[in-house]
Amino acid sequence: MTAVTLTIDGKLVTARADETILQAARANGIPIPTLCHVDGLSAHGGCRLCLVEAGPGGRLQPACVIKVAEGQDVRTDTAKLREYRKLILELLFAEGNHVCAVCVANGNCELQDAAAAAGMDHLTLDYTHPRREVDLSHDRFGVDHNRCILCTRCVRACDELEGAHTWDMSGRGANSKVITDLNQPWGESATCTSCGKCFMACPTGAIFRKGATVAEMDHGRAKLDFLITARGRKQWNV
Amino acid sequence: MERLRVATVWLGGCSGCHMSFLDLDEWLIDLAAFADIVFTPVMDIKEYPGNVDAVLIEGAVANEDNLEMLLKVRERTKVLISFGDCAVTGNVTALRNPHGTALPVLERGYLELADDTPQIPSEEGIIPRLLDRVVPLHKVVKVDAYMPGCPPPADRIRRCLEQVLAGQVPVLAGPDIKFGTGRTV
Ligand code: SF4
Ligand code: SF4
Ligand code: FES
Repeated sequence: MTAVTLTIDGKLVTARADETILQAARANGIPIPTLCHVDGLSAHGGCRLCLVEAGPGGRLQPACVIKVAEGQDVRTDTAKLREYRKLILELLFAEGNHVCAVCVANGNCELQDAAAAAGMDHLTLDYTHPRREVDLSHDRFGVDHNRCILCTRCVRACDELEGAHTWDMSGRGANSKVITDLNQPWGESATCTSCGKCFMACPTGAIFRKGATVAEMDHGRAKLDFLITARGRKQWNV
Repeated sequence: MERLRVATVWLGGCSGCHMSFLDLDEWLIDLAAFADIVFTPVMDIKEYPGNVDAVLIEGAVANEDNLEMLLKVRERTKVLISFGDCAVTGNVTALRNPHGTALPVLERGYLELADDTPQIPSEEGIIPRLLDRVVPLHKVVKVDAYMPGCPPPADRIRRCLEQVLAGQVPVLAGPDIKFGTGRTV
């Protein structure tokens, strides 16, 4: 595999030609915020939180999908990027109903953390307060669509790790929603194995373990990362 | 040095932010060395005074009384601080918004879910009318600083007020602007 040399935030770094900007940055200790990305799952490029300025004119590119290139000049932390990231987070908060104070994921939520890290201390946009559903038909888990940010991490974890493909997306734009099977109640799904990988992959309080109350839920993400490493690198004891 | 005139106001919230304010414990005595608390729901003061240097406002704008009070406070205060998640985002107070305007919300709460004597409470001049939508403070007036948290922990309130005492418009950052969780990490 050929190696390429590029600059990230003024630092000269070397990366494999098939790596993404995100991989190259993280390998060199340069943080880029992400939401829809999970190491080891296929790239989705949906949330746009990982935008960086790369190439001529500082074009905005999602670092989790764009591959490195020889001589590329990447900036990960400019005033423009900070402004866009904050706006993206505002849009996510305004589009759903996020009431962190009474959420199972409170204190353990990637969206909540990303907002604080981006300096979002209030929303300049108006909340839309949509009317969305909660599905409690499954024995062990529930899904609260009010808190879903449509990152498709559940869809990819279920498909790529469990091989069940219970989850999918339906609708367009503001009517988009994650569904189980052919938009049946989750509890009636013929494909769901109740493995809980969607729950581990979910960055927010949208998919939750039943019985968890406010602020007490841990997604058990470490278990998912363990499985990804085990499958990808045949490494069972990390 | 001239003493600062500080106030706290309680709109559509649960008073948890004010409980957290009282959690400042002995620092309240330090605060009293530099500032007069000229209005607060924990003291018996009827009218919001003029010439207030800084105010912490808890709660969202949910009814006509909240709205009237907020406009008055804005007019009479230099630095207005949104105090806690309800003031900053609408939070739990705004949970009713997806259910529609005031009337369907009242019908749901007082008629459909009533066990006994279903009746929508109304008493002109006593019970303030609900607004159709609950909104955060900055949708109604100019807000100078934001202090998220449900409730904001006492040390967060202290970091904010220390800036006020230093004559600054407070700016909070990092874990101090996290919504929800009261824990500062
Ligand atoms: S999912 Fe995250 S951001 Fe949304 S309400 Fe829950 S803790 Fe807050
Ligand atoms: S349920 Fe969770 S993992 Fe699935 S799309 Fe929504 S936020 Fe993402
Ligand atoms: S993390 Fe790159 S688009 Fe979501």
